[in-house]
Amino acid sequence: MILDNIASLKYFYPEASLIGTVIVLIVLDLAFKGRRGKWQAWVALAGLAPALVFSIDLYAGGESGSLFTGMLALDSFAGFFRILFIGASALTVLISVISSDTSRGENQGEYYAFLLMITLGMFLLASSMDLLMIYLSLELVSITSYVLAGFLKGVRRSSEAALKYVIYGGVSSGIMIYGMSLLYGLAGSTNLMEIYKALSTASPSTEFALFVSILFVLAGFGYKIATVPFHMWTPDVYEGAPTPVTAFLSVGPKAAGFAVLIRFFYMAMAGPGPAEGLWAPVSDIGWPLLLGLLSAGTMTAGNLIAINQNNIKRLLAYSSIAHAGYILMGFVLLSAEGLKAMLFYLVVYLIMNIGAFLVVIIVANQLNSEEIEDYAGLGWRAPFLAVAMTVFLFSLTGIPPTAGFIGKFYLFAAIFSKDEFYWLAIVGILNSVVSLYYYARIIKAMFLVESSEQPRLKIPPLHTTLLSVLVVPTILFGIYWAPLAEFVARSLEFLASGF
Amino acid sequence: MVGLNHFLVLSAILFSLGVYVVVSRRNAVAILMGVELILNSASINFVAFSHYTTSSMGGQMFAIFVIVLAAAESVVALAIVLSIYQQFRTIDADEASTLRE
Repeated sequence: MILDNIASLKYFYPEASLIGTVIVLIVLDLAFKGRRGKWQAWVALAGLAPALVFSIDLYAGGESGSLFTGMLALDSFAGFFRILFIGASALTVLISVISSDTSRGENQGEYYAFLLMITLGMFLLASSMDLLMIYLSLELVSITSYVLAGFLKGVRRSSEAALKYVIYGGVSSGIMIYGMSLLYGLAGSTNLMEIYKALSTASPSTEFALFVSILFVLAGFGYKIATVPFHMWTPDVYEGAPTPVTAFLSVGPKAAGFAVLIRFFYMAMAGPGPAEGLWAPVSDIGWPLLLGLLSAGTMTAGNLIAINQNNIKRLLAYSSIAHAGYILMGFVLLSAEGLKAMLFYLVVYLIMNIGAFLVVIIVANQLNSEEIEDYAGLGWRAPFLAVAMTVFLFSLTGIPPTAGFIGKFYLFAAIFSKDEFYWLAIVGILNSVVSLYYYARIIKAMFLVESSEQPRLKIPPLHTTLLSVLVVPTILFGIYWAPLAEFVARSLEFLASGF
Repeated sequence: MVGLNHFLVLSAILFSLGVYVVVSRRNAVAILMGVELILNSASINFVAFSHYTTSSMGGQMFAIFVIVLAAAESVVALAIVLSIYQQFRTIDADEASTLRE
């Protein structure tokens, strides 16, 4: 079903409610400029609530089709990502309230308004099914992220992070748009479904041009999910940006990047495969192999460079690059099983990574440091904090009984079902072993190294509560993950060409 | 007679020049100008393809959106460059660098 502009509006409530909240937030902020307190954060949270209700309602309705005459997709895949993004934003609002980076100073209203704008961009990105819409929503996410990365006024490293982000971002989105223009020339349309139709009947002589345009388009997507060789911005931006923003960038826009990557390749570049739940590439160009190589390179580069890091935000930046590589393993398989593993891992990664950043924020509030050596003796000075960090790090490594283990298990189970990617699975396993080394370094610092100062840290109850909210699912999904797996499996019904 | 190929060659040259500017310049504003060249080359492609190969206006529309977003991006980028200048007293992308391994 293809809906026109007016008929689409009633499926657009989640986005519309976010737009409304942004406007309300900006107006209220102007009206009550001098008023202190954290009310802006609560307004933002209150605005996310209706968006969540509408999203769940749409997801439960289970309708599918395309909105705004083929611009946006209405399916459970987009619904899944909407719920995921709301979770990421809500957690980010909460950790922004805690962090001393963002909870002080002027312009609180703008900060939360920008955060919600990124969320809106991610909503649109996950449901775009037209090159124009992909470009617009990608830029909406990017441009607002640049602002947030440089949000700390008068802080050198924050401005520097923003500069690097905007330069790398501008170049890669420029290259992407050039690739899209070539793709438009090859297919004669900007709609992903139409592109698939045109490409599946195209003559083999256009294959090289298609390959070049895919490479260029990948520059834009690869930049969003931080794969090698478009990962150069990640460590600097993650280190320089305010920590809650870093946490958000590492889960939200990254997940949105994966959503659009799946949407683009599985809709325009692949069609029905030999069996149910399998896809086949549209022409003989080996893009699955290309992405397999990217995946192997990404996780290897991320893990190897992470070993030498002393700043914990930088270390987590490289770890997030490595995780993008792991998640890409599921992407190259062209199977529903691989996609399921990817989505499952994205949910798990959201919880454990925000958890790890929350610990970084709490420690930075107390000790004013992000260096790993200052974590020495944390096991005695703040036992719960150290134990929580250990759980998150074990989960990031993939050690049972944590959610990260189940996530990795799904990814490897999926990849072992396909013979031609055995090598990638082996690279992945070796990388997990390497990653244990640098995660364990933090754990070692916390528990085995004596600290010169020994006063116990006073952790406010709100922080402890939020930490528990993240620790519990990290362990729970490691023991009882069936509901999450079912939710993910239900979310795989997305619009695809030729089915 | 000017045909599609002429436009494609023009846009390819413009794209290459843009990439060259981005790689070779260290001045932040110059890099942003290189990005503009890349975006313009894409716009030329869209309009040319739209004119010569399809009967729809999709390509022209896309080009207009590219122009609009390029303006939006420049606004944010120049604001960031300004804040870099206020703190580092330079807009050289290499010198304004404290974040290192």
